[in-house]
Amino acid sequence: MTATGRPKREPARHVVARVDEIAEGKSKLVHVEGRDIAIFNVKGEFLAIANRCPHEGADLCKGNVVPLIESDDPGVVKLSRHGELVRCPWHGWEFDLRTGKSWCDPARTRVKSFDVAVEQGKRLVEGPYQTEVYKISVDEEYVVLEL
Amino acid sequence: MSRFDTTGAIDCDVHPPSPRRDDLYPYLDDYWKEIVVTREVDILELNAFPERTLPYMRPDWKTSGDPLEAMQRNLLDPLKLDHAILNVVSGAHALFDPYLSAAICRATNDWLIDKWLDRDPRLRASMLVPFQNVEAAVEEIERLAGDKRFVQILTLSATELPLGRRVYWPIYEAAEKHGLQLGIHAGSNYRNSPSHSGFHSFLIEDHIAHTQGFATQIASLISEGVFTKYPGLKAIAIESGVTWVPPLMWRMSKDWRGARIEVPWVKDAPAEIIRRHVRVTSQPFDGPDDPADVAKALDHMLSDDMLLFSSDYPHWNFEGLDVLPEGFPEAAVSKLLRDNVLATYPRLGG
Repeated sequence: MTATGRPKREPARHVVARVDEIAEGKSKLVHVEGRDIAIFNVKGEFLAIANRCPHEGADLCKGNVVPLIESDDPGVVKLSRHGELVRCPWHGWEFDLRTGKSWCDPARTRVKSFDVAVEQGKRLVEGPYQTEVYKISVDEEYVVLEL
Repeated sequence: MSRFDTTGAIDCDVHPPSPRRDDLYPYLDDYWKEIVVTREVDILELNAFPERTLPYMRPDWKTSGDPLEAMQRNLLDPLKLDHAILNVVSGAHALFDPYLSAAICRATNDWLIDKWLDRDPRLRASMLVPFQNVEAAVEEIERLAGDKRFVQILTLSATELPLGRRVYWPIYEAAEKHGLQLGIHAGSNYRNSPSHSGFHSFLIEDHIAHTQGFATQIASLISEGVFTKYPGLKAIAIESGVTWVPPLMWRMSKDWRGARIEVPWVKDAPAEIIRRHVRVTSQPFDGPDDPADVAKALDHMLSDDMLLFSSDYPHWNFEGLDVLPEGFPEAAVSKLLRDNVLATYPRLGG
């Protein structure tokens, strides 16, 4: 960091949802430090990407979660990574929920991805978490996003 | 003097006059000899390729003598060509009778060997195969595969079905096996109307419709997965013009991002597949009038591998020996005259 640069900020951890708010295969749009972030529940694992599609700006949180569809032979199709991609609701571009990269142009067309963890309420009560929205209950589990 | 030195170049689109009944008669078996006489099968001019229409033909190349000697005198000798690929665009592509079309294709190929290829070692040819009769087309490829002077099979920019359809795959399998490429020449067999809005009224509209035809064929070959299944195959758009290619690349690559799940065997952006598998011949060139803009138009392809040299002899596309349009960049010319052609047709190499 140069003398004129911005001081490096320690990443803050934000409680963005109660685990039971986002059903498997569904998503939730959250606002953290001025950013719109889409949180997805992929088979019990939570993944987060920037909500705005870099193509025309659609809300990725409204897209369907889909498997990866591949083929080496016309007419013979393989499915894998069920629920790990989101298809933009406007033009169908697919984004990998783990990396934010688009399937068709991963190097240039991508959205930011964010680290997300699930934490027990009782740990959150003790730790340095930003919880503007949530009244933490020690008995619940929460989705925590690092930014 | 011509604008560019063409010594050693390979001309990818040269037209002999399409053979008439008397030309093909010696190469037909007894049954077909009987049929072509009884049914008066003689002039096999394709409606979409009216070679007797005089304005198409360059007046100073008109000849009543041996058409091969004229071709040598007008084209092969003065341009100092190493090779020229003969394309017969004829009614063979349009006959409805699947057996007659096979017989005419066979006879035309044998006529090409006898009257052209055997008489000038510079000549190469496109093999005619009956797309109307897939089994016979494969047989014809197998019959002539040993003759390396046939470098590709030939079809049209507007056909009975889109060229990517699986019904044609045995033809592509046989072609790829023998290193034969797929030549797609401007023309229609009028199984369908030439435009997507039906039949038009004027010749100039027909010329426009063929750019759509070529784009449709290339989109079909990509979407149906022909290049995925037969990665050695290249499609050469002949007499297609050039400037329709970049918009197809842009549009199809963009639409692929949203629609690719329907055709997941299209694994790369269509623009990349086009750069790998599609080639276009240089005449007739449909670029901008100002030579300064020509390079810009070609730049949009983002590849200098795609253009192949062609004269489209004996059609009237240029004057004197200026066979390449003004404004073609030197770097592009140095590749398209020969290197790109050799890289496209494996059978030319040995």
